[in-house]
Amino acid sequence: MAEATANGLGQHALHATHAQEAAAVATTDTHQEHPIKLYLVVWAWLFILSTCSYLVDYFGIHGYLRWSLILIFMMLKAGLIVAVFMHMAWERLAMMYAIILPPILVLVFVTMMVFEADYTLLTRIAFFGPGP
Amino acid sequence: MAETTMTHTSQMEPRPAGWRGIAADWASDQRAFKNVSWGKAMMWIFLLSDTFIFGCFLLSYMTARISTRVPWPNPSEVFALRIGGSEIPLILIAIMTFVLISSSGTMAMAVNFGYRHDRRKTAILMLLTAALGATFVGMQAFEWTKLITEGVRPWGNPWGAAQFGSCFFMITGFHGTHVTIGVIFLIIVARKVWRGDFDIGRPGFFTSRRGRYENVEIMGLYWHFVDLVWVFIFAFFYLW
Repeated sequence: MAEATANGLGQHALHATHAQEAAAVATTDTHQEHPIKLYLVVWAWLFILSTCSYLVDYFGIHGYLRWSLILIFMMLKAGLIVAVFMHMAWERLAMMYAIILPPILVLVFVTMMVFEADYTLLTRIAFFGPGP
Repeated sequence: MAETTMTHTSQMEPRPAGWRGIAADWASDQRAFKNVSWGKAMMWIFLLSDTFIFGCFLLSYMTARISTRVPWPNPSEVFALRIGGSEIPLILIAIMTFVLISSSGTMAMAVNFGYRHDRRKTAILMLLTAALGATFVGMQAFEWTKLITEGVRPWGNPWGAAQFGSCFFMITGFHGTHVTIGVIFLIIVARKVWRGDFDIGRPGFFTSRRGRYENVEIMGLYWHFVDLVWVFIFAFFYLW
């Protein structure tokens, strides 16, 4: 608004903006309508995936199989929640990338901290011996 | 906000697909999120910043767990419950997970009925979501009590690495706080829906601005995010 008045566009331009805003509101207010069945299906899948990840622990699966299963079920659940429940699948591509890309970059931080933690563990073992 | 900021997709020239379209959306003096209202865009950006907060918590937990010489307590045994004479591993956490997922399901349906302007169903589903959220917090309080009586403290515990307690209280405490705030907001928004504030355009008590049914969806974004964070906590803290 400040820019519009500063540019000398005056009251007419402001009215036009409000009209457009109202139109935009009208469209955003209705564009997220999906059948209830979609939500029920996703809900059921979330239950199945949660049960699967719980069973990983219940049956005591260990090692790389356990970690990969946990990560797969976690990513599937997170994807379903973000895509369908949070309606990200129907958002504009510019919005998707702005929100989803930054958290993925946290993986760089994770890599750095893995090296740092390994180094800390090594120095601890060197100075205090391997475990109490 | 010049007039260009108010453009929305239907009045705009077509954009190229993929990365070129993203570059075109972000380039020069215009509104980047074309068909997303400010309320929704700002909630998404808040959730992004919250993602970094929880990301840092989980990262510090990972660092502590890798770098300790002392064995990490086995969460499968720590969070086991004795039901009917046998130890069932992680059963309380599993029930909490199902409760939170169910609350996400009811919230998604509340958003759907909100856009159909079905006040009654929206409000009831939101209150049901709030009730499930409160149940979750109650079970978390039970879990904390159980662990504290067993001697878990932020500086130590009877089973192994001392960092277990500080990570546990920090991560689940912060998540429980988010759920609690969500429950309070759910009740506030459900009351507005029930009263028909979004139909008659009644000004909000805090911002004095008229709300729309989109507010229900923005509330839903926050609630689904709380569920999303629990998915990661469940995987990394309880199952790993």
